[in-house]
Amino acid sequence: MTDQRTIGELLAQRGISRRALLKYGAYLGALMALPSWQSRALAEGLANARRQSVIWLSFQECTGCTESLTRSFAPTIEHLIFDLISLDYHETLQAVSGFAAEAARREAMRANAGKYVVVVDGSVPTKDGGVYATIAGKTNLEILRETAAQALALISVGTCASFGGIPHADPNPTGAVPVSEIITDKPLINISGCPPIPEAMAGTIAYLITFGKLPDLDELKRPKSFFGETIHDRCYRRPFYDKGLFAKSFDDEGARRGWCLYELGCKGPVTYNACPTVKWNGGVSFPIQSGHGCLGCSEPNFWDKGGFYRPLSANTGSLGKSVGAAAAVGVGVGVASAMLARHRKNTASRGE
Amino acid sequence: MDLLDFARGPALTAALSVFVFGVAWRLLSLFLLPWARDPSPRRADARPAWVGAVRGFARHLWPRKPFARASMLTTVNGYVMHLGLAIVFFGLAQHILFLRGLFGIAWPNLPSGLISGVAVVTLGSLALALARRLTHPVLRLISTFNDYFTWLVTFLPIATGLLAVSHLGAPYPTLLAVHLLSVSLLLIWFPFGKLMHAFLVFVTRSETGIAYNRRGVVL
Repeated sequence: MTDQRTIGELLAQRGISRRALLKYGAYLGALMALPSWQSRALAEGLANARRQSVIWLSFQECTGCTESLTRSFAPTIEHLIFDLISLDYHETLQAVSGFAAEAARREAMRANAGKYVVVVDGSVPTKDGGVYATIAGKTNLEILRETAAQALALISVGTCASFGGIPHADPNPTGAVPVSEIITDKPLINISGCPPIPEAMAGTIAYLITFGKLPDLDELKRPKSFFGETIHDRCYRRPFYDKGLFAKSFDDEGARRGWCLYELGCKGPVTYNACPTVKWNGGVSFPIQSGHGCLGCSEPNFWDKGGFYRPLSANTGSLGKSVGAAAAVGVGVGVASAMLARHRKNTASRGE
Repeated sequence: MDLLDFARGPALTAALSVFVFGVAWRLLSLFLLPWARDPSPRRADARPAWVGAVRGFARHLWPRKPFARASMLTTVNGYVMHLGLAIVFFGLAQHILFLRGLFGIAWPNLPSGLISGVAVVTLGSLALALARRLTHPVLRLISTFNDYFTWLVTFLPIATGLLAVSHLGAPYPTLLAVHLLSVSLLLIWFPFGKLMHAFLVFVTRSETGIAYNRRGVVL
């Protein structure tokens, strides 16, 4: 099933020159902050590598991650990724359906046992045996375990697959969990984001193919090259934060002057992603540049962190009941202790 | 739940609850205590009690001349520290947002650079206060756990807040979480230690003023 020609041969056949491939390697290398010799090695490696068999599993998701990869503004980069890989199974993109589709997945697993990469977007429902999402009569849980058993590595694409995402949000009715909670014995990379940056997906896959190993990962298993710094660290509005100049609403004078959006709930200071540097739609813009604060979508539980428009320094707990009860108890104990003191004094006075 | 979620949510809720409980308990139990009758007759030239209270408070804002020299360092340093704490707490945008979340009111913030400068001075002032407590023989003798722990829970929020604003020493989420936890510690200790003077200073000095006024002492 898998094409035995090298990526370089395939690209040459499609009119993409070696020089173009070197430029692409340099671009990806720069995005991942690789040294220049590694950028060259990346391009050389890509040219000589065979296309990597990839099985793409879509679980509890909105297809936004696939949309991000296939419908971005710069098709040369993101389309090239499909020249680097042999996408043997992808429900949204594959032409076949039904039994033929499932047969394609099983054939890819058989032909590339121990060598294929499993990409997952979407979280995995586990409640009630995982019955809340099934494909071809099998639960997502069964499909993931079956497919991952002979995989080389797994890549969780998007926040749902990486950390549970929106299906995992309170009250999590389907018992949704990230891939990392199901598969614990395979190398795993999380490329979080809702959706993730296309270049982060392309760069990570290219690195994996070229160097045959995982890139440096942070404690949440995200590539450090894309998730090594916070949005805030690289935000062009950062100088306004440092000066204490904050927009008070989305259309006030401060907002028009590009002041910091911290007061409007921006989660940039606690969110690790490459949005301010790589940006979106071919480097045109990113949410903060478009006037909206960062939602923190590449972080775990971003949906349940007290609200998108609640500033980071504000408390998130519901104080009413707790503080009200504490005040009532405080008043009660205060009055009781004073009454006790009065009683003791009166008793002492009578004793005299 | 990560550390920052814990600090912003359950920790702050618990700390504020303990704070409200403790303050209500201590104030009420104090105000409802039976008051000893002052056997001294009220002097004919005594002013109304509230005048005595205000004078008593105002008089104690600065030491009398004979004591000024000896207590100048403590007095000035005390003002520097307290004003610094007030400027940092009420002037930083992030703190105003925190208070807005609690009470629904807000006001214009001061420049972050100015706040950082004031925070450094406040830390220096706190360090000086501790140094004096440790080196002055009498002060050292009468110091208790209450004094040292109160100093610590006051110092920590300023120090960790300065680090958080400057993004120094650790990732910002960790710094912010540690800062919020240090604030929670301060809130929990507040009603039970000498920080309670933030409320009681008005009571004690006014009460002294009223007592003096009744006996004809002009402050």
